[in-house]
Amino acid sequence: MTTAEKYVTAAYCVVFALVLAYVLIMALKLQRLERDVDEIASRVSEENAEEAPREPAHVG
Amino acid sequence: MNRSAATIEVVARTRIPLPVLAVASLVLVTTALAFVFFVAPNDANQGFSQRIFYFHVSIAITAYALFAGAAWKALRHLWKRDPRADLESYVFVHQGVIFGTLVLLTGSIWAKISWGRWWLWSSDQLVLFLVLFLFYCAYFMLRFSVDPGPQRANLSAVYALFGVVLIPVSFAAIRLAKDIIHPVVFTLKGPQFGGWILVTYCIAQVAVPVLAYTLYRLELSSKRLDIRLRDLREVLA
Repeated sequence: MTTAEKYVTAAYCVVFALVLAYVLIMALKLQRLERDVDEIASRVSEENAEEAPREPAHVG
Repeated sequence: MNRSAATIEVVARTRIPLPVLAVASLVLVTTALAFVFFVAPNDANQGFSQRIFYFHVSIAITAYALFAGAAWKALRHLWKRDPRADLESYVFVHQGVIFGTLVLLTGSIWAKISWGRWWLWSSDQLVLFLVLFLFYCAYFMLRFSVDPGPQRANLSAVYALFGVVLIPVSFAAIRLAKDIIHPVVFTLKGPQFGGWILVTYCIAQVAVPVLAYTLYRLELSSKRLDIRLRDLREVLA
């Protein structure tokens, strides 16, 4: 390999390394965010169910 | 739970998790890079510069596949009224345009080295790919000129479906044109190369689509997350 060819190889490796690092970090972050949103959504639906208006009933 | 909601949940469960896809991309792309630069031999005519072929061809086929995926999702939207299909079609087109840009870039670099020119208007293959690329670039103009809703989804789906016709035209142009400059490496007799070149090409041809699919899933997940957060904000407001 000549010096120019080594530079081309290094450039390809650096570009792909950056892309792959971005993909890996984003994949982990998105998975965590999905879990968090699932949890918040289930809490909101539970709270909404508790706050649902009750049917009036005759007392006494 | 209604049927469509149940189907969405089953599909979501059976999908490969994003971190697994990311690791698969990492392994495959690293292997492809190692083979391209350290295992594949130099081409007798073009020398070191021919190695761009492994990326250029793989990226081009991946771009065609992404546009075909967009058309498939568009068809599902129009035919089955699949609620997820519109967003999936949009993300496929978006990724297809990104990969299309890479095809044009890598092709131009290779053309400059091989032919001494960045672009040749006389090459049907090049011009037809540019037409295909510009057609899908215009998809965004159409999509974002209409307000979100069923009309936008329907118009985008019809447009994406029409675009798929250009894929076989672009692919066949190189084989039908008499005055071809662009090399033909896949003929009816099979690939016009063998040995380590073929092995390296096969690895690159697996690695690039896997990376593209991972990027597609990343974008799709982030857009779905956006929608869910917007819905939650509305519920909490």
